[in-house]
Amino acid sequence: MYRSHVLVCGGTGCTSSGSQQIIEALQKELERVGLTDEVSVVQTGCHGLCALGPIMIVYPDASFYSMVKVEDIPEIVSEHLLKGRVVTRLLYKETVTASGVKALSDTDFYKKQHRIALRNCGVINPEVIEEYIGTGGYAALGKVLTEMTPDDVIKTIMDSGLRGRGGGGFPTGLKWKLAKQNEADQKYVCCNADEGDPGAFMDRSILEGDPHAVLEAMAIAGYAIGANQGYIYVRAEYPIAVERLKIAIAQAREAELLGKDIFGSGFDFDIDLRLGAGAFVCGEETALMTSIEGNRGEPRPRPPFPAQKGLFQKPTILNNVETYANIPQIILNGAEWFASMGTEKSKGTKVFALGGKINNTGLVEIPMGTTLRTVIEEIGGGIPNGKKFKAAQTGGPSGGCIPASHFDIPIDYDNLISIGSMMGSGGMIVMDEDNCMVDIAKFFLEFTVEESCGKCTPCRIGTKRMLEILTKITKGQATMEDLDKLEKLCYYIKENSACGLGQTAPNPVLSTLRYFRDEYIAHIKDKTCPAGVCKALLSYRIDPDKCKGCTLCARNCPNGAIIGSVKNPHIIDQEKCIKCGACMEKCRFGAIYKK
Amino acid sequence: MASKKQGVPFHGTSEQEAALRQCIAELKDSKGCLMPILQKAQEIYGYLPIEVQTMISDLTGIPLEKIYGVTTFYSQFALQPKGRYQISVCLGTACYVKGSGEIFKKLEEILGITNGECTPDGKFSLDSCRCVGACGLAPVMMINDEVYGRLVPDDIPGILAKYN
Repeated sequence: MYRSHVLVCGGTGCTSSGSQQIIEALQKELERVGLTDEVSVVQTGCHGLCALGPIMIVYPDASFYSMVKVEDIPEIVSEHLLKGRVVTRLLYKETVTASGVKALSDTDFYKKQHRIALRNCGVINPEVIEEYIGTGGYAALGKVLTEMTPDDVIKTIMDSGLRGRGGGGFPTGLKWKLAKQNEADQKYVCCNADEGDPGAFMDRSILEGDPHAVLEAMAIAGYAIGANQGYIYVRAEYPIAVERLKIAIAQAREAELLGKDIFGSGFDFDIDLRLGAGAFVCGEETALMTSIEGNRGEPRPRPPFPAQKGLFQKPTILNNVETYANIPQIILNGAEWFASMGTEKSKGTKVFALGGKINNTGLVEIPMGTTLRTVIEEIGGGIPNGKKFKAAQTGGPSGGCIPASHFDIPIDYDNLISIGSMMGSGGMIVMDEDNCMVDIAKFFLEFTVEESCGKCTPCRIGTKRMLEILTKITKGQATMEDLDKLEKLCYYIKENSACGLGQTAPNPVLSTLRYFRDEYIAHIKDKTCPAGVCKALLSYRIDPDKCKGCTLCARNCPNGAIIGSVKNPHIIDQEKCIKCGACMEKCRFGAIYKK
Repeated sequence: MASKKQGVPFHGTSEQEAALRQCIAELKDSKGCLMPILQKAQEIYGYLPIEVQTMISDLTGIPLEKIYGVTTFYSQFALQPKGRYQISVCLGTACYVKGSGEIFKKLEEILGITNGECTPDGKFSLDSCRCVGACGLAPVMMINDEVYGRLVPDDIPGILAKYN
């Protein structure tokens, strides 16, 4: 028995900000003062508040320390762990109030969240199966194998209203039902952990923080559809997640929770890992299966659907990580419990990865139907530096931008589609007034052009033409006819592409055109970039009233484009200026501006 | 994309070949074995030159053109050797809106190479990548396994100097 447990986040965010060194320093210090028998150090998964890493929580009092440095460790050990005095200066400042320390669950970031998929992340040590079992892990698998028929399982999942969390929102129970109906000597259960959306990392956090939940759910799915082999297709770019999955699979096999005759029920199920190799299109279900088979990850036409002929031509279901993470809880708590959360057609919760221009970057899990305003202003803590919110981008390269005018729309699958975006896998990137929407659309098209697999023409060539037009616009060389052409192309590509990648590729353009058409027009007609991003349309100027003639800018200009004598206002030679912005950074008087 | 190190002669050792043969013997009979074999081969050699692909083809019976098709499809597989220090700059959305494009340009400027290339001395290679998942620290770059976050372009010379 330990009198205190110190939880240190070992997710990718905190590891990148140095949590491994914190753990080492902590263990060394505990050894030095002789507390190793009394205090246990636990490496957990992600707590969600990645912006404040490395994060450390000391139990039993649940003091939440943020941005901990190695130098702080002796103080935490000697004050908190030896003398029982909380080191207030290192606490997450939201938890410190005039009347004392408040619970983490009462802070703005956490109080409107409801953690189901993330419930164990940051709470248990993901590398120890007993900790998962201690929080009710594998009880759902036990219940399914000993008390329920496959049809009961499918009915429960259907009644819960769970929809695919990978983006499409297809009803999970229905997918299982279709796969069960198809008789075959072999079926497969696949897990899509190829989280390719740039800016989305919820699946990674679940795999790193609670890998057994995914294994348990896949075994349940296997029982439901009659499959005894599972594959997890995980990105090779997630080394920590891959490592924890390997550990989890080995432990589950050891504990006979994977393998032959699980719980003495006669049901066999095993899982193998397959590493993705950095192709975004492999997030598409048929492409993913083609890739597991060892081929170029190109999509195949549907039908036949994977439920009929999927992996190795056998009936297959594919769900994403977050979808699976909900399954054991639905089995244990019942379909009604899950269906009581959310909106009419979108039940349960959704995890979002908040990023971009927002104070609390990190992972949040909210009930479906929460408004964008709540997510951005309350949970996210608003926009840094007093800037104005411009748009939130959801759905990654397949999604769109939501402007401030839709701030109060409840977030669910259908509402997001109706305003021209989509749920996607859950990336939510916040943009402020300094982001140019044409540039953002171009950014996503660059991504799609690079990631298009090239199999079908509308996607391969169409997206390239779109990118060319967008590039012209950002350079101020486009005409209004180009804009019409761009819009038409969007519809052609949407209607004619073979897979989800191409069908959704125009969305970033369509949604920015819908809400920010004036920005496109400003680039085309006025040859200006209102946000000051598109370099070709910018010019740097010096305000003669503010310039003191200190010569600092002229000395820092890499191209000798600034002329003027000491104590006299300088000017920028627009012919020579390469628009690097070095002068503006250096000026101490705020005399240089861009327009 | 043309690389400055294109045409570097292949110098595989017999230890590397033995490791490759062993991994192929282990994996050959599992379904869909090509990708795991290629990943392992890249771990052994650092990249997948045509000589290695030919060996894999000979040992597995998988046609070379299929292997070449797969290696060129996935961005993880490198047909050219990488630098001793592999720099990858995240150009994912969260990093991009926080200015990782500027970080990338600064690196191009200092190293004199562009995306996918390696410096002539074989020291640094530069790649853009999509999201390492450290969005809370945006903008982010990695040099081998070391992550550098919350970057501004002026940080770059100092960071590179550490590797000299």
